[in-house]
Amino acid sequence: MAVLYILIFPGFLFLAFYGTVVEFVDRKIYARLQNRKGPPWFQPVADFIKLLGKETIVPTDANATLFKALPIITVAAVTTAFLSVPVWGTQAVMPFKGDMIVVLVLLLLLPLSFFAAGWNASSMYSTIGAQRVLTQLFAYEVPLLMALIGPAILCGSWSLSDIAAFYAAKPLFALLNLPGLVIWLLAAQGKLERVPFDTPEAETEIVAGAFTEYNGRHLAFFRLAVDMELVVLPAICGAVFIPLFSANPFIGFVLFLLKTLVLLFLLTVLKAAMARLRVEQMMRFSWMVLLPLALVHLFINLIAKGLLL
Amino acid sequence: MARVEIPLGPQHPALKEPANFALSLDGERIVGAAVNLGYNHRGVEKACEARNFTQCLYFLERICGICSHSHSTAFSMTVEEVAGVEIPPRAQYIRVLIGELERLHSHMLWLGVAGHELGFDTLFMLSWRDRELVMDLLASICGNRVNYGINKLGGVRRDIDETVKETILKVMDQFEEALKYYISLATTETTLAARTLGVGILSYEDAVTYGAQGPTSRAAGLDRDIRRDEPYTAYADIPFQVITDTHADVFGRVVVRALEMVESCKIIRFVLDNMPDGPLSVKFPRKIPPGEALGRYEAPRGEDVHFVKSNGTDKPERVKVRAPTLANAASYAVMLQGNYLADVPIIVAAIDPCFSCTDRAISVVDNRSGREGSLDWKALRQYSIDWYRNQGVAFDGLNRKG
Repeated sequence: MAVLYILIFPGFLFLAFYGTVVEFVDRKIYARLQNRKGPPWFQPVADFIKLLGKETIVPTDANATLFKALPIITVAAVTTAFLSVPVWGTQAVMPFKGDMIVVLVLLLLLPLSFFAAGWNASSMYSTIGAQRVLTQLFAYEVPLLMALIGPAILCGSWSLSDIAAFYAAKPLFALLNLPGLVIWLLAAQGKLERVPFDTPEAETEIVAGAFTEYNGRHLAFFRLAVDMELVVLPAICGAVFIPLFSANPFIGFVLFLLKTLVLLFLLTVLKAAMARLRVEQMMRFSWMVLLPLALVHLFINLIAKGLLL
Repeated sequence: MARVEIPLGPQHPALKEPANFALSLDGERIVGAAVNLGYNHRGVEKACEARNFTQCLYFLERICGICSHSHSTAFSMTVEEVAGVEIPPRAQYIRVLIGELERLHSHMLWLGVAGHELGFDTLFMLSWRDRELVMDLLASICGNRVNYGINKLGGVRRDIDETVKETILKVMDQFEEALKYYISLATTETTLAARTLGVGILSYEDAVTYGAQGPTSRAAGLDRDIRRDEPYTAYADIPFQVITDTHADVFGRVVVRALEMVESCKIIRFVLDNMPDGPLSVKFPRKIPPGEALGRYEAPRGEDVHFVKSNGTDKPERVKVRAPTLANAASYAVMLQGNYLADVPIIVAAIDPCFSCTDRAISVVDNRSGREGSLDWKALRQYSIDWYRNQGVAFDGLNRKG
């Protein structure tokens, strides 16, 4: 049964499929907001298959093993992280004490892999992209964690499933976490490297950033990992901040889909409505706005815990 | 971190045309920039010498895909001056009309490109959608979206009748409505302002020193516009305001271009209301007596200069074209200095460059030996034959059968 969970549902296959769906929805909404028609529904799958069939070229200066291993590592990391995120109810398939931190660490592997990939590829553009990935990492990773600590403290557990169960039982407490939701979404936009925080892959400046030298199936798996991340981050957000759960697994699953798609919609609108910030503007925004906001949120939740629980 | 040398171009997603910027970076900050142009020399001036004046007119219109009317008008003005021909007032008004429509779509195109360079693709898509209003209008007036072919030596080829006038006025209403939105967007959107304010500064003094032209110089407070300072065609009769701004950065250039579009709409309305009656063209001689003239034209990107020298035949002895980008490119080194790598695309785009229109060969440099010199036609032909032979392609065998 565990193998089925890991490989098929809600593990690798489901995540990969839903990732392509989410990418399609993202691209379609983005296109409609720009008064374009947008791609057909199968476009992300077609892109993936086409890339699989392409020749793969490894730069001579790069370490070939690392170059080929990194896409697999990212896909594995994001799939593993998803196993501890609640999908159809409040309980994930593999919950354990402290899984929230493990999920965040596994997701941290993505930017680290992007950095290693860019640095290893030894081209000027990918090196600068790698540098920016790492610089930006220091900006969003702290608010991303802080945003989750608030709800976790209120519920008194470091497990995503426990947090989800707590807010399912006491939904009104979720109102206290609204600042956390905003912080999480903005930080997630940074982690996903999307406009306005897409400096690491700003195409008009550094071509494709860390992925510049990647091609063929390696690039396909990197893109798949990014698509999966686009599912996992809203999924965590939905589980922690939006207390809409159902005891019925089917309805619960539909609620999961709804939550992720609504959050995705917000992320896409954000992407369409803004210009790209420079990396130092992004740093300033994260440390000067997001982090103080997260601290205030934490403080309020601490007081609320003392008074109300 | 040590200094990094990074080449931007000749092939790069930020550039629409081949040009090379050798940037030296300290982290993300630019400490040195060198601009290398010359990847797209097309031999335009030499080719003109083999064509008669009428052919030259349509040939030179194809220098630029955006400001084609600028080149064509500048050339015909210059040739008409050499020939001593005065074109009818109605033709002058029609030239102004097309010129201002061209300015509208050029600035709108620029706004979209600027948005794209800043990662603001929504602005890019929407402004190009509304640019289509003008493009369709130009297509319905002239039969072509660019390379309008409305000019001819001695006048214009097509008339603006009542129905066309109605169409233009209707489109102008729509366009001005859209323009209001873009002006408010470009001047108030937070991220856009964050990326353009204080970026790519070219001070008044530097603008004078480096000879910046057009919106680039007007954004530095340099109050200079050929349309007003040395009026050509019908501009002497037309009231309009020269837009200047004192921001001296990319934001200033956005503001200047946006407000210039408003002025252009006013000019178009004035021209349509006050268009004099009369013939469209006068007879133009095939052969032009010896003489020379210099024509200046305020193209959307800056001052476009054409020089024509005739020798009494039907072909020009010498044609010299200076596209506005050449005047503006010199100021890149100042504008890029001290900015971030992330700002390079928008700074490069901010002068609205048109590198392919600009390239004129000054000398031929052998990359391996560094030798400079010039090649005549025969030597150039031999060089290319030898080059291909070294690659294993022998042209003398290509036409042989069997």
